[in-house]
Amino acid sequence: MSKISKKDVEHVAKLAKLKITDSEINKFSKQLSEIISYVKELDKADTSNTDPTSQTIGLENVSRQDNKNLENVLSQDEALSGTETDHNGYFVVDAVFQPTNE
Amino acid sequence: MEIPLTIKETQEGLIKKKFSAVQLVDAYLARIEKFDKDINSFLTLSEEMAYLQAKEVDKKIEELGEAAFDKNPLLGVVVAHKDLFLTKGLRTTAASKVLENFVPVYSATVVKRLEDAGAITLGKTNCDAWAHGASGENSDFGSTKNPWQKEYVPGGSSSGSAAAISAQFSLIATGTDTGGSIRQPANFCGIVGFKPTYGVVPRYGVIAMASSLDSVGHFGMTVDDVEKVFEVTKGEDERDSTVKNIRSNKSNSKIKIGIPKEYFIKGLDSEVEKSVKEAADIFKSQGIELVNISLPHTKYAISVYYIVQPAEVSSNLGRYDGIRYGKNRDSFGDEAKRRIMLGTYVLSAGYYDAYYLKAQKVRSKIIEDFEDAFNKVDAIIAPVSPTPAFKLGEKAEDPLQMYLADVLTAAANVAGIPGLAIPSGFSSKGLPLGFQLMGARFSEPTLFKLGKLYQRTVGWKPKIAFQ
Repeated sequence: MSKISKKDVEHVAKLAKLKITDSEINKFSKQLSEIISYVKELDKADTSNTDPTSQTIGLENVSRQDNKNLENVLSQDEALSGTETDHNGYFVVDAVFQPTNE
Repeated sequence: MEIPLTIKETQEGLIKKKFSAVQLVDAYLARIEKFDKDINSFLTLSEEMAYLQAKEVDKKIEELGEAAFDKNPLLGVVVAHKDLFLTKGLRTTAASKVLENFVPVYSATVVKRLEDAGAITLGKTNCDAWAHGASGENSDFGSTKNPWQKEYVPGGSSSGSAAAISAQFSLIATGTDTGGSIRQPANFCGIVGFKPTYGVVPRYGVIAMASSLDSVGHFGMTVDDVEKVFEVTKGEDERDSTVKNIRSNKSNSKIKIGIPKEYFIKGLDSEVEKSVKEAADIFKSQGIELVNISLPHTKYAISVYYIVQPAEVSSNLGRYDGIRYGKNRDSFGDEAKRRIMLGTYVLSAGYYDAYYLKAQKVRSKIIEDFEDAFNKVDAIIAPVSPTPAFKLGEKAEDPLQMYLADVLTAAANVAGIPGLAIPSGFSSKGLPLGFQLMGARFSEPTLFKLGKLYQRTVGWKPKIAFQ
């Protein structure tokens, strides 16, 4: 059985910015291993001469008229209406850099 | 008043003044008030908006008479939206705590098109959170119950929309189908569910699950109603660059339906199998030729789906950071976390070729199977789910078993083809049975023609789960 180790779970959780507890790590390691083992059956399908498919509609480079349409534009108030932390018309986010004492 | 069961009956009742649109809204809301605490199909009601729209409908009919329906083909039709569809000014949650307090500032194209066609928006329906699930049990706001038997699931992920129709809480309802999320709940609830060709109905304003698989469809009591709604929702939208107008599809005068042996799998419930074969015989009785066909890569569809779909889920759910709207990522439920991590894993360095690229290649094989089949036949008939509705809790603790519930529906999404789930009767336990018709891309006219032929031949009468 393909194994997704606890270390793998911690790694992907970190990549996906998910905080998970130790008991969740155990649970997800087991569940994800089962799923990955199942989907591994695809190895049996011969795809040596097959191209991958990423979409099925077959459209490319779709564009539209560059008309100014105010219906497509949110006002500043509307754009900010979903946040609880705005300041002077901006979204407030956590600082990326930490201040130093220098 | 007796609530009408079809769009035709509704509009005839309105024009003959048997009831007004306001009275219709009264009647639906009264049923919801009385019964939905046991079903849990609605997350949010929009009474105020519904009455405003209903008054507008009554006014139009008063002023224009029958001509009011020409410009507004869905005038007076009450609709409920899966809570994945953004509705301006009306809370939209995706049934997730992350969006518990999210009120959109714009509406989905489909919501707008339905309103412009005269439909009345009644509210937002429950679903598996982010549309992840096949039972409705992954909702962060409690499971929806199957209106036919409340200890059974209604199917999912569009659980509330399907339950609302079969409980007569709404005349039509929208849904999304990424791996079977419209067809399977329609099948479990004994109503008609329609998944269009990928890219025929705009997805602008619909919360994305897996972008190469998602399609926007709907539920109704009859094939005729479902077709009428599709006439309104389909077609290009300058806000969604993945939509193509449907080509005129001339159906052959001599229609052939294929029966794919790979869909009659081990573990298929005998009553389900029998009901699908009986439906095929109904078509045969109407002069349609039945042809045995093979779709050899069908067995791989579910594995392709459970690689491609979580990969795209992990990408689409990346945007929920709690900064611009919604709560932060700590509010994701278990199933969303599972899919985000699974998707992140199959896309991560060292595994991409083995999983994602391989799945995309097998996806091509599945598409080739369908292309070969549709060179021989005009449509395919198959079961929707291996069993009728299963019990609440039966698969909730085992994600892999829940994933396998999509085994007969996921291939249509992988290939981007349309599917129409049609009810056919009841099991010995009194649970709904039915079948699905699948067609080549853009073959909706043929599917509707066949669906209507079936319902006409058997004299189908819409049935609600309880009075």
